[in-house]
Amino acid sequence: MKKVINESGIEVKPLYTAADVEASGGMEMVGEPGQYPFTRGIHRDMYRKQPWTMRQYAGFGNPADTNQRFKYLIANGQTGLNVAFDLPTQIGLDSDDPLAEGEIGRVGMSIDTLRDFEIAFDGIDLKKITVSLTINGAAAILIAMYLAMAEKRGYDVKELRGTAQNDILKEFIGRGTWIFPVEPSIRLVGDTIEYCATHAPKYTPVSVCGYHIRESGATPAQEMAYAFSIAKAYADDAIKRGLSVDEFAGRLSYNFNIFGNIFEQVCKFRAGRSLWAKIMKEEYGAEKPGSMWLRMIAAGGGGGLTFEQPEVNIVRGAYYALISALSGTQTMALCSYDEAYTIPTEYSARISLRTMQLLVEEMGLAETVDPLAGSFYVETMTNEMRKKMEEIMAETDAQGGIVKMVSEGTIQAKVSSQAYLMQRKIESGEFPKVGVNCYRNEQEEDHPVEFHPYNEADAQVQIDNLKRTRAERDNTRVDAALSRLRQDAAAGRNVMPALVEAVKAYASVGEMTKELVNVFGRYQEPIRF
Amino acid sequence: MTDSQRRIKVLLGKPGLDGHDQGAKVVARAMMDAGFEVIYTGLRQTPEQIARIALEEDVDVISLSSMAGSHLPFCRKLKPLLEADGLTDKLWVIGGNLPAQDHAALRELGFKGIFPSGSKLDAICDYIRKEVK
Repeated sequence: MKKVINESGIEVKPLYTAADVEASGGMEMVGEPGQYPFTRGIHRDMYRKQPWTMRQYAGFGNPADTNQRFKYLIANGQTGLNVAFDLPTQIGLDSDDPLAEGEIGRVGMSIDTLRDFEIAFDGIDLKKITVSLTINGAAAILIAMYLAMAEKRGYDVKELRGTAQNDILKEFIGRGTWIFPVEPSIRLVGDTIEYCATHAPKYTPVSVCGYHIRESGATPAQEMAYAFSIAKAYADDAIKRGLSVDEFAGRLSYNFNIFGNIFEQVCKFRAGRSLWAKIMKEEYGAEKPGSMWLRMIAAGGGGGLTFEQPEVNIVRGAYYALISALSGTQTMALCSYDEAYTIPTEYSARISLRTMQLLVEEMGLAETVDPLAGSFYVETMTNEMRKKMEEIMAETDAQGGIVKMVSEGTIQAKVSSQAYLMQRKIESGEFPKVGVNCYRNEQEEDHPVEFHPYNEADAQVQIDNLKRTRAERDNTRVDAALSRLRQDAAAGRNVMPALVEAVKAYASVGEMTKELVNVFGRYQEPIRF
Repeated sequence: MTDSQRRIKVLLGKPGLDGHDQGAKVVARAMMDAGFEVIYTGLRQTPEQIARIALEEDVDVISLSSMAGSHLPFCRKLKPLLEADGLTDKLWVIGGNLPAQDHAALRELGFKGIFPSGSKLDAICDYIRKEVK
């Protein structure tokens, strides 16, 4: 019989029995849902009480275009928003920056000032619909902008829920929207955690992303292990500032990827939940259960979807959603079937949304907590995945820790090397991929993909709006706010109060970023193979 | 390839602001394994930077990896710079998320080799070996 090793490097047997569960460590870490170590879920009743939040990634063009898409998704039953920003916004450039030319509104919506946020979220009830901002390099600025927008709309910021991605360490590993060097970047994450702990205690300032590390070539076990090492780096920074773990850990969240072997994925999440709880309790001395919870979005990843036979991605997406439901996630999202080509159309985004809704309404996935528990295979693999993650975290520490490895580019080199080897395995057929290296269509038919239109004229509208805002705002107030921002950054004070003030004065993302770059400098990418 | 032959020298650039470099790094590794000398630029290169490196490094191949849809505006700016530097005799190649409807425009801009998502690593390397004489 052929030996099977899963992507994480664990051998998969043809049959599991009670003896395998025992040999792998038994049922000791399984426990009850809602109780430490939370293997079976962070809440007792899980989806019976409330199904997962459905939060498709969306955003393009001007804030007005995106506002329309948000409303379309909400009208179709989406229960949260996940905001996509264009690249200039993500790396802190204004729309009229020469480097932004050709990129405005292309992969997400363009945001220059608070005015744009007012338009983007106009008419959306921020109490009912929680908003997740996919922003990293410029996260401190956009968090300040979101809080200011909500406050201006009359919401009590102390009660405001929402999430920012704000995981800069993974951005150095994959995705690449960094701005500042590693150390000040971590400091900015710490500033947001510290600020939110007192000013917006229900807001989640960080969502640590294994997702993009996996997309960059990490295995499922590495995805979760590296994410935990990164989260610990942020936690250590917060503790250095004098916060107690229970003051901030309950507002940390995670973003994980789903593609590949169903059981490896489900066990990854079950194992990860108990490992994170153990880390927080035993290493950090957390006492509140909320500080030990692995709160997460588990999203069907683009890395599993194929350019070939794109309609088959609808089926892949359905399996990914199933995995996500079986994994006990709090929030779910799916890459749409056409995402290897283009920004999803309304049509493809709706198919993704319906896929998730089917599981709740027709398939019984929201009825019973952790339905795979007790399976010899699942419990054994959960134990083995946990051990694998612990090994990887220990290796990372032995090599000087995640911050050092990211700074030197060694993690980047490791995952990109793995991505290369995986691509070779796919091209040789060793790693099967339907439609790519097996079951190919001999005659490639026209792909049933409709391209998202990019309107070049939209960029000029955005630039004109920015110029109008600059002309209409109180520029003395802006200058004073920017000057305070520069001083606070240079003095090592938390920059969030100054950012909130600058945002309220309608300072632009580019203006605020420039002040911070003047103090912090810019990141220089280490290139290693 | 005999020792007296020069190794094929390839510039692999990441144009524009996009940070998705998994594909570029995978292709860079494949080119190295194929025996090419690869100069990988890292992220966020402007047209001016790409043209300057291509000239200074005297490369045989100028290749770009574009994932975020800004390939046409970028290549429109790059073309006159490469022309001004006398680099029209070099092989211009582009790969990444390149919709079929844009291929004719890319060819017109001087990109002879177009490798959209789904292209094989060996196909890219074989093409370069064949085209660079």
